[in-house]
Amino acid sequence: MSLLSNTAILLGKELRTEFRSRELLTTTAVFILIVLVLFSFEINPGTEEAREFAPGLLWLAILFASSLMFQSCFLREQTNDTLSSLRLAVSDPFAIFLAKLIANTLFLLLTELLMLPFFAIFYNIPLWSKLPVLILVLFVGSLGISIVGTAISAISAQARMRELLLPLLLLPLLTPVLVVSSLVTASLLDREPIVQWKGIGFLAVFDLIFLTALWLFGEYLLEE
Amino acid sequence: MTALRIPPTGLRFENIDKRYGGLFALRRVSFEIAPGECVVLAGRNGSGKTTLLRIAAQIVKPTAGKLSFPGVGSPPSASGRPGYVAHATMVYDELTAEENLLLFAKLQDVENPAARAEELLREVGLIERRDSLVRTFSRGMRQRMAIARALIHGPSVLLFDEPATGLDPPGIAWLANSLRELHRAGCTVLMSLHGESEISALATRAVQLDAGSVVADTKFGASLHSILTFGSAGATP
Repeated sequence: MSLLSNTAILLGKELRTEFRSRELLTTTAVFILIVLVLFSFEINPGTEEAREFAPGLLWLAILFASSLMFQSCFLREQTNDTLSSLRLAVSDPFAIFLAKLIANTLFLLLTELLMLPFFAIFYNIPLWSKLPVLILVLFVGSLGISIVGTAISAISAQARMRELLLPLLLLPLLTPVLVVSSLVTASLLDREPIVQWKGIGFLAVFDLIFLTALWLFGEYLLEE
Repeated sequence: MTALRIPPTGLRFENIDKRYGGLFALRRVSFEIAPGECVVLAGRNGSGKTTLLRIAAQIVKPTAGKLSFPGVGSPPSASGRPGYVAHATMVYDELTAEENLLLFAKLQDVENPAARAEELLREVGLIERRDSLVRTFSRGMRQRMAIARALIHGPSVLLFDEPATGLDPPGIAWLANSLRELHRAGCTVLMSLHGESEISALATRAVQLDAGSVVADTKFGASLHSILTFGSAGATP
């Protein structure tokens, strides 16, 4: 059984269980929406201030919402010790990570796409003309968040103070993604938009480095 | 129960140590189980039975020592790994009985997964609940699901950690009968049990652990009762 076919089977399971319970999607979407609504009272829509600060707020909301998602990512595999049955069944444990991080990226992207219209309305920032590049930025940023988040979730799920450990490890590691994604998004949403390809390239390299590290060392994260 | 998909194999533990921090869960455990043998692992709570079974299942790595599967080399591929029934059911509550078995059948490269899942659901008596979510099952039904999952790839080595947990008397009789058939088909069985039962009657040998060490290794006979009830028993050749 190849890595890709194992990953495809496990991804199917992740999507099926999530769309049946809708736990993660509902939690992340509601969290992002609450943050966007709350800060919209503080920032005047359509102003320069909104264009400058709203992208950072959006990425901060995505980051905090994703930490809620990662909290249960591996934790729910412990309820019935299903992680053990997966480890017994797959030929390469990286398939477990790959399926989870693809699922997390898809859930994050779906939530972000659902939230974008609210973002545009609350901060009065037109997005339509920049949508293709914005989706690319959201994709590379969310992929980075998911790769690191999935790895940290595997570590924290086995720890005693898991609720504290996850954000403590996750937030410092994802600071580069947060800063660069916010800068690239802010440039894109400016009155004179600029596509910062260097920033997008940085995010892609970040994703590649952490994905390689997960591929090399992921197996050790699953050990008891 | 269904015939094996791979040839019978044995199980060999050589000087297995398992340490959690400064605590020894297992200490220099060595014994071998011949292909087709049915062995009971006995011992008090905390004696190391579950740890040893998880090492045999390759879920936990020993701190020192070697586990091997004579006849297939070490370690076997995913489709040749032992079937393991643990304390937890190791199946997904949010999936139906059939979806669970299909998932593991596909991951373990079982030929015709749908037919195999249906066959096992029929054997464990859950065919009429195939489309029900596992979270709606009783403890006994979940245990039957756990057994079906462990058997999905037709393993030649079966590791059962107190398999009768949650089963009612007819369920225990069904399990004993299933194990008897699997044993006849050539399966090697290592199971932890407390006390004598229909299931323990299938075993031909008992290994007793105490504080992580093997303290008795006995062919079945008069000393069986003593071992399963944690009385004193000496090792026999």
